[in-house]
Amino acid sequence: MTRFLAIAGAEMRILQRNRWLFMATLIMVLFALALTFAGSAPTGSLGVDMLTVSVASMTTLSVYLAPLLALMISFDAVAGETDRGSLGLLLSYPAGRGEILMGKFAAHLAALAFAMLIGFGSAGAVAAYFGGAGPESLMALARLIATSILLGGVFLTFGYLVSSLARSATAAAGMSAGLWLIFVVLYDLGLLGAVVVDAGGYFTRHVFPWVMVANPADAFRLWNIAASDSVALTAGMTGAAQALPIWAAPLSLAVWPFLGFLAARMAFRRVEP
Amino acid sequence: MTDNILKIEGLCKDRGKTRVLHDVSLTVSPGERVALLGHNGAGKSTLIKIVLGLTPANGGQIAVAGHKPGTGAARAATAFLPEAVSFHPALTGREQLKLFASLSGEKAAIVGLLERVGLGDALDRRIGTYSKGMRQRLGLAQVLLGKPQVALLDEPTSGLDPISRQDLYAIIDELAASGCAVLIASHALTEVEARTDRIAIMRKGHLVANDTLEGLSAKAGLKTRLRIRATQSADDVASQIGGTRINGASVEILCNADQKMAELRRITALGEAVADLEITPPRLDDLYRHYAKEAKQ
Repeated sequence: MTRFLAIAGAEMRILQRNRWLFMATLIMVLFALALTFAGSAPTGSLGVDMLTVSVASMTTLSVYLAPLLALMISFDAVAGETDRGSLGLLLSYPAGRGEILMGKFAAHLAALAFAMLIGFGSAGAVAAYFGGAGPESLMALARLIATSILLGGVFLTFGYLVSSLARSATAAAGMSAGLWLIFVVLYDLGLLGAVVVDAGGYFTRHVFPWVMVANPADAFRLWNIAASDSVALTAGMTGAAQALPIWAAPLSLAVWPFLGFLAARMAFRRVEP
Repeated sequence: MTDNILKIEGLCKDRGKTRVLHDVSLTVSPGERVALLGHNGAGKSTLIKIVLGLTPANGGQIAVAGHKPGTGAARAATAFLPEAVSFHPALTGREQLKLFASLSGEKAAIVGLLERVGLGDALDRRIGTYSKGMRQRLGLAQVLLGKPQVALLDEPTSGLDPISRQDLYAIIDELAASGCAVLIASHALTEVEARTDRIAIMRKGHLVANDTLEGLSAKAGLKTRLRIRATQSADDVASQIGGTRINGASVEILCNADQKMAELRRITALGEAVADLEITPPRLDDLYRHYAKEAKQ
């Protein structure tokens, strides 16, 4: 237990020292604020408060940004140590490989949570101040922050997996970029293509929603949209959300971090420094 | 002492289809310093990795302080200094060592250790600002954490200046004196010579020698080299006492250690014809070359 904490502490210090924590928080704050101000136009026509619109825009932002930030910290976790030659030394200490990975995960997740909380929190505060907020929109903001952290956690584990499989940190960075592109962009494009070809057939009505929710990035989107009618209204994505039971998206997003961590742990077991 | 703290028996290791370690057996007892020599790719680092449990063996037995390699007990008993070690540049020396101390569950005097290896002034500087020698010293400091029973040092002197090397060997001596079994994998033959109790030489995954320096010299039967510089003509000298002429002015004679005095008497009998004489006993370099090349002859 103390070993896992020692590794987490050292990782946290590294994230502070190399300004990663500062930069990630800054990026989140800037993007969230920009979207809140730019996206405030449709408030009147939809009849919802400004915070709701802001949360809808930030949900779209977070789908791209949370996985990206997560992969940016995690791709180096194993491959970087191998490159430096310090992995062999670290593994010669009595800490198990699971403990090492868990320590890094705890620190990285905490850093991500900090950036999300400050970024979305400040944007939410600004939106609430200028355009008002209700209990429902505050709930939506809290849900956005929590699910963004969860989504980031999923991609942290993906980063560790890639980092363990790659032969160098550079290769891990390239594979991370590919992984991001597949999960966040290409997966949806492929599904869209399939739906167009199927033209409202069996696939579109019964298979498509499940395939979609299997992707953690889409599960994140669906969860935030399905849980709040007004967010769904502003995001214009009610169809897919209504085809699924309410538990589908939360389940997907809750299971993925474990699957990802397990896969990363298996890959890390086979790493020979 | 017969109680070997590190016991390797019949170790084999395959990488793909090639066998990189062939039936290697080696033991180290507490307080003993053993040099593991070999050319690049001879299997030294692979052997160390197997002892650390970082890669599995394909045959043979290893016991580290009575435990299997890679188990918690074996890792707790072992200290390791990797070749050309490097740490995260954003941490300070003190923080890095504190991390290692908590990983090994030791409450060590970190400042004292860093002062011992000569990093007392740099303990709160980031490792990114350290020189290669300083990083190596930091690596050595973590070896000293928590009184290891077995220390595995892979090329510990690489990148060190001569004074740092002397310091390093002094620390290794201390480590051995406190009862730690030390295995040093190295290329730095001449330095290892004076500082180790036993020498093991590896060639292409085979252990080809494992003895004290004297034992190895006797077995190899290497010759002492006498180089004579002639005053006038090297040809004359060569024709009178034999040996080979190596340039216009010098002649070289190779003889066994027990014939050395007789040869010297013959040379001094030449009187004025000899300007200078140089005697080179077989050195570790020669021995190493002898064992490393054995198969080719």
